[in-house]
Amino acid sequence: MSLTRTQVEGIAHLARLEITEAQMPVYVDSLSRIIDFVEQLAAADTAGIEPMAHPLADQVQRLRPDAVSETDQREKFQQNAPSVAAGLYLVPKVIE
Amino acid sequence: MTADRALADARAADEVLAKGEGGPLTGVPVAHKDIFCTDGIRTTCSSKMLSNFVAPYDATVVRRWRAAGTVLLGKTNMDEFAMGSSNETSYFGPVRNPWDLRRVPGGSSGGSAAAVAACIAPVATGTDTGGSIRQPAALTNLTGIKPTYGRVSRYGMIAFASSLDQAGVLARSAEDAALLLEAMSGFDPNDSTSVDRPVPNYAAELNQPLNGLRVGIIREFFGAGLDPAVEKCVRAAIEQLQKEGAVIKDVSLPSLPLSVPTYYVVAPAECSSNLSRFDGVRFGHRCEQPKDLLDLYKRSRGEGFGAEVKRRIMTGTYVLSAGYYDAYYLQAQKCRALIADDFARLQ
Repeated sequence: MSLTRTQVEGIAHLARLEITEAQMPVYVDSLSRIIDFVEQLAAADTAGIEPMAHPLADQVQRLRPDAVSETDQREKFQQNAPSVAAGLYLVPKVIE
Repeated sequence: MTADRALADARAADEVLAKGEGGPLTGVPVAHKDIFCTDGIRTTCSSKMLSNFVAPYDATVVRRWRAAGTVLLGKTNMDEFAMGSSNETSYFGPVRNPWDLRRVPGGSSGGSAAAVAACIAPVATGTDTGGSIRQPAALTNLTGIKPTYGRVSRYGMIAFASSLDQAGVLARSAEDAALLLEAMSGFDPNDSTSVDRPVPNYAAELNQPLNGLRVGIIREFFGAGLDPAVEKCVRAAIEQLQKEGAVIKDVSLPSLPLSVPTYYVVAPAECSSNLSRFDGVRFGHRCEQPKDLLDLYKRSRGEGFGAEVKRRIMTGTYVLSAGYYDAYYLQAQKCRALIADDFARLQ
């Protein structure tokens, strides 16, 4: 096992995912196997190789003028929200 | 199924055609993989997370096919968030292969593949990150194409791994695929990775002779693990190309063994970043009675995502985390450059 249960619990916390007690051993096992599998990349000779940041080498990030291009559709967007009031998204109390 | 809208659009198409107007795609029924946003129609990505999500706008691909006169029949099932190769990870249940119901149709565009193979729709959209159009097309006897990155706009296509995702077509013939690919391709200012180059008339190139066309046969694909039945079909296709005048060249991609492990790092890394938007706040599944904000995030995501999606998010989180980033993510990005170099060296 390349990953311990404690490590996987840490990863789940970083990823903001609740993993149930019953599922935890399954993830420890499967994540360990994935990490073992990708370990072979370490053997590749990549000295002096530039990491590939974009699949198209000559592509540059386009810019656009900083001008308003969208109309206000808040009500339409908020129809998908689990909880809203007065145009605001509601979440549990953050500050006591 | 979008029955009412389909019938209304079909009647409108009939009227256009009766006047002798319209284009080659007017009235052609199509289906969209449920990863493309459709204004007013549910877009679920086959996930519990988005099971009630109604997109507020159309994806560019959806808009372009509609502008070409096609009629939308409905949205197709898929692996959850396009993560899978068998269409078994869908929250709504698996898709079967219409050629043999005991078998899988491939994935993640398995619903689109099955719909076209079963003649429910003549063509359908797919998306391909690591084979999700090509593999189901192969498993259902269809023509499927993953176009070059940047060719088709991804605006309104729910992101999985942004440096790999690309939209394409599943069809029953190269001609159908060519017509529909042309209709979805082209520059889109709404997608920052869209490439501004003219779109060729693909259909016009279909009947060009193959004389002198060089076709590389990748040596490494004919090694251990190749099914003899598959090899026979591939060899027959090579022979056919040769008869048509193509020049067959034996080529080597020595970094090929790196491609799957590289994918296993790059795709989950990008997925863990892309899927962080699903937080149970603005849209998507929210857990019952969260006790605080952290609990809301964790339980909404824990409940809303299936096992495969969670596995990939966690893999990506790990390879991007402090202390492991260089060993996994950066090394994979370097291996990616090695793989690209192999292709650049081909003559």
